[in-house]
Amino acid sequence: MTMRAAIAQHVPDGSSVALGLALEALIPFAAGHEIIRQKRRDLKLIGPISDILFDQLIGAGCASTVIAAWVGNVSAGLGYNYRRAAENGIPNEIRIEDHSNFTIALSLLAGGLGAPFIPAHTALGSDILKTNQNLRVAPSPLDGAAQVLLVPAIVPDVTILHVQRAAETGACHCWGNLGVSEEGALAAKRVIVVAEEIVSLDTIKSDPNRVIVLPQRVSAVVHEPGGAHPSPVQGYYGRDSRFYGEYHEHSTTAAQFETWKRRWIDGIGSRNVYLKLLGSQRWRALQVKDRKLAPPVNYSAT
Amino acid sequence: MSERFTPAELMVVAASREIQDGETVFVGMRLPLIAFALAKRLHAPNAIGFFENGIVRDTPASDLLYTMGDPPNIEGALMCGRMTAVMGLMQKGEVDLGFLGGAEVDKYGNINTSYIGDPTHPAVKLPGSGGAADIASLAKRFVVIIEHNDRRLVERVSYITSPGAGDGSSSRASLGLTRGGPSAIITTMGVLRFGSESAEAYLESVHPGVSVDELKQNTGWPLAAASEIATTANPTEEELHIIRDIDPKRFWTS
Repeated sequence: MTMRAAIAQHVPDGSSVALGLALEALIPFAAGHEIIRQKRRDLKLIGPISDILFDQLIGAGCASTVIAAWVGNVSAGLGYNYRRAAENGIPNEIRIEDHSNFTIALSLLAGGLGAPFIPAHTALGSDILKTNQNLRVAPSPLDGAAQVLLVPAIVPDVTILHVQRAAETGACHCWGNLGVSEEGALAAKRVIVVAEEIVSLDTIKSDPNRVIVLPQRVSAVVHEPGGAHPSPVQGYYGRDSRFYGEYHEHSTTAAQFETWKRRWIDGIGSRNVYLKLLGSQRWRALQVKDRKLAPPVNYSAT
Repeated sequence: MSERFTPAELMVVAASREIQDGETVFVGMRLPLIAFALAKRLHAPNAIGFFENGIVRDTPASDLLYTMGDPPNIEGALMCGRMTAVMGLMQKGEVDLGFLGGAEVDKYGNINTSYIGDPTHPAVKLPGSGGAADIASLAKRFVVIIEHNDRRLVERVSYITSPGAGDGSSSRASLGLTRGGPSAIITTMGVLRFGSESAEAYLESVHPGVSVDELKQNTGWPLAAASEIATTANPTEEELHIIRDIDPKRFWTS
């Protein structure tokens, strides 16, 4: 499926969308940019930390709610669009549901377990509990003595994952740090998988331990090489840290961000055009050249 | 401040010295990425690094890390898994030390990385907790790394993202926190320490070239001090050599 069709079909206005679940790696930028091009509105963005993608979606006016532990630019600092929206309602007011990384992880875990909430010991004494009233403190029902945090389930309408390789049917492999990818994929009503490579189902089934989402839960598979740039994809390309610095400089004002967005998102018909704009030399320099292959494992039953 | 090293380099060195050999460390973002690598190469070869994206390392990464998710942090990792695994182990009490940054820290070690001003109409919206509230709640101790001025070191933070000793009077246990608390605040001017006698931070050492008065003037509350205020030990040639090997272009340590 094309990215355009996947977003048009599975991310309508008003959706709750979980993305960036592996944290700083495997961020589905190409999917986020298509959401911006299709001018989605009133989205509820869900994630642990977001390294500039939420900032872009907020700046483009796509988001009404942010349910996250951290939104900014990991190697360069604050997210200016997030600040403008939260401080001045530019381009629109946003509602923020504060979380810590562990509480958002437990929310998605509970969502995937079909559990109403998960008790935890974290964030007690944090004002996060004041600004996110969904997080409650109560005596433990088991001993009645200890105060525990009750972290309610989150069930996103859609979770978008960027992975290394997938079969057309939705089965996929991902490796490296997973963050809350698996929890997010189990919790969501539907999953969009964006893959660097399309491979046969036999390839995926040759190594079922590397499958991070039950294939039946995947609603769309999009083949989008380079779709995670500027974030890294293990075995494919490294992080373009310079790009994050440039974004920081070019999003200081709303007008600057608009110019940046026109250049890198609005006028971009496909990921190939985006990568051409980046420049073949720069893109080549980010490619993983060495090979460190894990020896194969034997799954044979006989 | 000596021109032989930058304040950031001294902070990395001071942070690395907080790591004892064999400890499990929740590493975090930015300067601690280098402090962990430095400690591993010198005095804490058996330390284990937890990263909230699910990575566990027993060797420093082979290259400079801009983020914990960079490919060099995955290559050669001891484990690459889920956030719930590393956070869960920290909740069980298996993390000795965590590092935190912040926009504001107060005398009780509470940290604000969320809002300056009224959260409903903030003057400044900061990025948020990330894993910081979890590290402050669940690690056996935590260390804050922050630039030293009276806007950052304040008497009381306006918003507690990551809990230290709260208002200083009630215990962490009364909030339901089962362990932990602040151990030190490493700044661009000195090291503040937390002891067992009081919930308040006290001045332990000033960095070379910084006067006690200058440091106190840049602190947002009347800072208590150790009976003898030390001078923070200079980085050794070996420490500086390793830091510059890790960060040759001084992306983090300029």
